[in-house]
Amino acid sequence: MDRRTFLTGSAALAAAGSLSLLNSARVSSATGVADRVARKPIPSSGEMLPIVGLGSWITFNVGNDPVLLDECTNVIGAFLDGGGRMIDSSPMYGSAQETIGHALRKLDRAKQVFSTDKIWTSSESAGPGQYAETQAKWGVETFDLMQVHNLLAWEEHLDMLAEKKAAGEVRYVGVTTSHGRRHGELEQIMSSRPIDFVQLTYNIRDREAERRLLPLAKERGIAVIVNRPYQRGALIRAFAGKPLPLWVGEIGATSWPQFLLKFILSHPAVTCAIPATTRVAHVRENLASAIGELPDKAARTRMANYAGTL
Amino acid sequence: MTDWSSYAPADFLLFSPRVYERLFEIHNAAWWPAHLVALAAGAAVLASVLRPTPFACRAAFAVLGLAWLFVAWAWFFDRYQTINWAAAYVWPFAAVEGLLLLAVAAAPHAPAFARPPGLAGWLAVAVLGFAIGAYPLAAAISGRAFDAAQVFAIMPDPTAIATLAALAVAEGRLPVIAMAVPLLWAVITAITLATLGWPDWFVAPALAAVAVTCAVVLRVGGRGVVNPR
Repeated sequence: MDRRTFLTGSAALAAAGSLSLLNSARVSSATGVADRVARKPIPSSGEMLPIVGLGSWITFNVGNDPVLLDECTNVIGAFLDGGGRMIDSSPMYGSAQETIGHALRKLDRAKQVFSTDKIWTSSESAGPGQYAETQAKWGVETFDLMQVHNLLAWEEHLDMLAEKKAAGEVRYVGVTTSHGRRHGELEQIMSSRPIDFVQLTYNIRDREAERRLLPLAKERGIAVIVNRPYQRGALIRAFAGKPLPLWVGEIGATSWPQFLLKFILSHPAVTCAIPATTRVAHVRENLASAIGELPDKAARTRMANYAGTL
Repeated sequence: MTDWSSYAPADFLLFSPRVYERLFEIHNAAWWPAHLVALAAGAAVLASVLRPTPFACRAAFAVLGLAWLFVAWAWFFDRYQTINWAAAYVWPFAAVEGLLLLAVAAAPHAPAFARPPGLAGWLAVAVLGFAIGAYPLAAAISGRAFDAAQVFAIMPDPTAIATLAALAVAEGRLPVIAMAVPLLWAVITAITLATLGWPDWFVAPALAAVAVTCAVVLRVGGRGVVNPR
């Protein structure tokens, strides 16, 4: 099923959706959709965060192309209009940070964003300088969340970020990995360091994190950000054309992207997922996944079993 | 410890096919009509190979050197780096290639082109002619906009292939050394385009392989290299 075809369905769902298991956002929106986007608490503070964020890997790396910069600005505008808050980037992502900064300046909505970025350098001494560059590119004074990217020189960078957190320059700190790499080391950090967030890959076809990392995050009070929820679109392509289960309405989904995202978002330890896209329609579709009921444990098992048969 | 076996080429690709294609379009629009000058200069290189005189050989190496310096600055440093931080590590190599070719042009005993080139030489000349005259068509044949065509001395791929072909029919050791950077780029661009899913990904490495084979045959066979001094 083409994600575009979901537009109509998502609008209908947004209009019809009345139940949210979690707290609703209180972001003003002309459409009213933003009010129904579910939120979950950040365990270390209790602050509520919309459960669908926005990634920027590949999608926002558009250089200084004015046409593509405008398109990305529209995507970020639609994301914020729809009740989203967390936008995640990294110095590794080419011009993505500049693109986000461009959009936030143009939209004048930097204060609405839960700014999330990373330190990505193997040089211990280069961390503070890279942080300052990232600040300038985003155009923000204080980052909501700063993470150590792919555990690169994580001990030194976490120490630096802890100092910045103590000084009020960063609100939360964390570490990231992806593609299921270095989970053993990640587990060690989660067990021994006072981090607020951890970012990892988790989806219906890659559930390794369920074994130890997600339970550990729950136990240690660490918020979990899920990257690559669609495996860079591969999951959507893999399920495209295959029939949705007849009971899909029971979990509040009307398309495969929603089915896949709701599976992730409904895990009790998951705080937020950050799908990336270049299309406004996809942003709205992703946010619509956070409206209405999320699957319970029994429904999640049913979803996994059904996906496994395809 | 990073497990490199868990990585695929796609994991290192920072941009989408659309962004890369539009980068080509923007670059071409920014430098038009420099393409006409570049094509004329490329034609001069081809003429130098076909009718090598000491001055023509020096001029051809100078054109190739200037082409690489321009590509190093205008494409790798100023354009490509906006979407790929790795370009910061590539442009110095392209600049060194340009300087090396200029050094070849200015050398007291500048290398000459083969005459007559023989079969291997003629193949290299054909590759040179393709890189200069036909390479821009690769974009259109592959379904991309003609505005995104790659032109000799404006973009790296045809510049690399033209350089390899010209060096293949040149005598001496310096031209062999100067083949390293364009050959490396032919491999990098093939991986990049293949990962992007562009159907013409094989064009540059295939032409590079032909040019290198010609160079080997001409040197091992020792045929056709005649110094016009």
